[in-house]
Amino acid sequence: MTLNRNTRIAAVVAFLAIVFVAVPAAISSSGRFDLYYTLTSVALLSIASAGVWLTFYIGRINIGQGAYALMGGYVSAILVMNHGWSFWLTLPVAGLFCAAASVLIGLPILRLRGVYFAMVTLVLTEVARLLALALPITNGAKGIVSIPLPGALSVFGVTLIPDFATLQNSRLAFYLLAVTVMVVCFAVMYRLVNSRIGKLCQSLQQNEELASSIGVNIAYLRVIAYAVSSFFGGVSGAIFAAISQSIYPSSFTVTDSVNFMLNCFLGGLGYVFGPMLGTLVLYFGWDLLFQTGQFQLLIYSGLMIVLMLVLPNGLLSLAEMTRKKG
Amino acid sequence: MAEMLEVSGLTKRFGGLVAVNNVSFSVREKEILSVIGPNGAGKSTLFKLISSFLKPTTGEVRLKGERISGLAPHIAARRGVVRTFQETTIFRNMSVRDNVIIAHHLRSKASLFGFFLGTGAAKTDEAAFGQSADEILTLLGLSSLSNETARNLPHGHLRALGIAIGLATNPSILLLDEPFAGMNHDETMRMVEMVRRLRERGLTILLVEHDMPAVMKISDRLVVLNFGQKIAEGTPSEIQADEKVIEAYLGSEDEAIGL
Repeated sequence: MTLNRNTRIAAVVAFLAIVFVAVPAAISSSGRFDLYYTLTSVALLSIASAGVWLTFYIGRINIGQGAYALMGGYVSAILVMNHGWSFWLTLPVAGLFCAAASVLIGLPILRLRGVYFAMVTLVLTEVARLLALALPITNGAKGIVSIPLPGALSVFGVTLIPDFATLQNSRLAFYLLAVTVMVVCFAVMYRLVNSRIGKLCQSLQQNEELASSIGVNIAYLRVIAYAVSSFFGGVSGAIFAAISQSIYPSSFTVTDSVNFMLNCFLGGLGYVFGPMLGTLVLYFGWDLLFQTGQFQLLIYSGLMIVLMLVLPNGLLSLAEMTRKKG
Repeated sequence: MAEMLEVSGLTKRFGGLVAVNNVSFSVREKEILSVIGPNGAGKSTLFKLISSFLKPTTGEVRLKGERISGLAPHIAARRGVVRTFQETTIFRNMSVRDNVIIAHHLRSKASLFGFFLGTGAAKTDEAAFGQSADEILTLLGLSSLSNETARNLPHGHLRALGIAIGLATNPSILLLDEPFAGMNHDETMRMVEMVRRLRERGLTILLVEHDMPAVMKISDRLVVLNFGQKIAEGTPSEIQADEKVIEAYLGSEDEAIGL
């Protein structure tokens, strides 16, 4: 993107002001407190979608993010319930656990390309669900329930985050948590993509043979990108488990994995913030169509097809088109 | 002259087919050596074996005495053996300049994490890459196109870009895969000039090619393959007089071997 530095800073400040100040203010004045839950979901889903976007960026269609979200949710839930860990500690641990698992899984499967990789990742989501049903530690179909709310987080006796159970408005707290993590994740993505690493990822996406001929260790880079992607999935799943205070094998299914992918398509595969916009539009779009009843899925799918035909580069390509015209 | 690359007893079998059969030759420093042969002679397989894109069944390739055959392609590139591609293989959706900048990967001193954080070493690298990319683009006559998206370039310029990418890796020996394929006379002559200029810069070049007149014009020595075996080796004039070579090309026009 060719925005100059000042415009970029202004855009970031405006975005932060909207999500941290304007949205909470608007919600409290309108009394629509249910929107907190909706927007928290959007923020968390967009983190998982951001991971999927990153695998797209190295040229792989990833329909397996649900597996890592589920894994992250269980890791956090089990550590909190069985080992008495603080939620705040389980959050990075869940992400790292997923990243480590994705390295083991990714080493063999990232050799596949195109539809073959997509198929294997699709199966991965289903395998994760079946594992969650079968393993003793995940408590089968009953899942893990009554997970306590996140406790206080203090460093050297200074309380940085209060105990969520003592808060009057834990919905706002969860919203702020989700949005903060989202901002951090997208900042990391932006930096990745706009540094030399982004160019290297693009080189993989466009021609792996050529990339390896100029000395790029393609296997290593693929695994790194996939691990970061899965880290995002795990973190998002862990926060989800904390908010719903429960996790089941059906918490993240193939449908979710497909949605993560669609969010990226809709927002635009060429834009870092594509998955964020895509998630927002898709989530609210689906809800808006609720009134159409039995036609909901039909209209929704039809619109998706039309959008992909008309805007193959996603919604954010609209902005670029108008800028070029103007 | 010192030997840069040494190919000894190289054999590659695909099932029952012996694509390359016990081929040995060496490339001297700052030499332009061409591998020629009729269709299906095993040129492309040999090329892939040398660039480590294929593993040999037996035999080995040595660069300055060090074995490089059987390594991963990116490791071979790191040692200094870099190939270009027969097709117009480039990073299609990047600008011409970015194509060349990214190809400086091997020269980077900063780590991936360093690039993420934007450390001093990373910034120094970036600046150096940009400058070197501009030099290479000027050398190959691409500087006026440096901001163009690569996929929009005409055929001849795409080849030049392919070579620019190879050059950016700072190789000891550059392997060119049919650099004149699909070019008209003018484009071929320009490419011949370009390859000569690379050698003047001290590069050793091994090329695999069909276009006989161009090859005869450009090469110091040639290696001729037929049915996977080396049938001749020598200077252009020696090759043109070689009985076996003429026999291998029998049935084709005389001018096909530049007579």
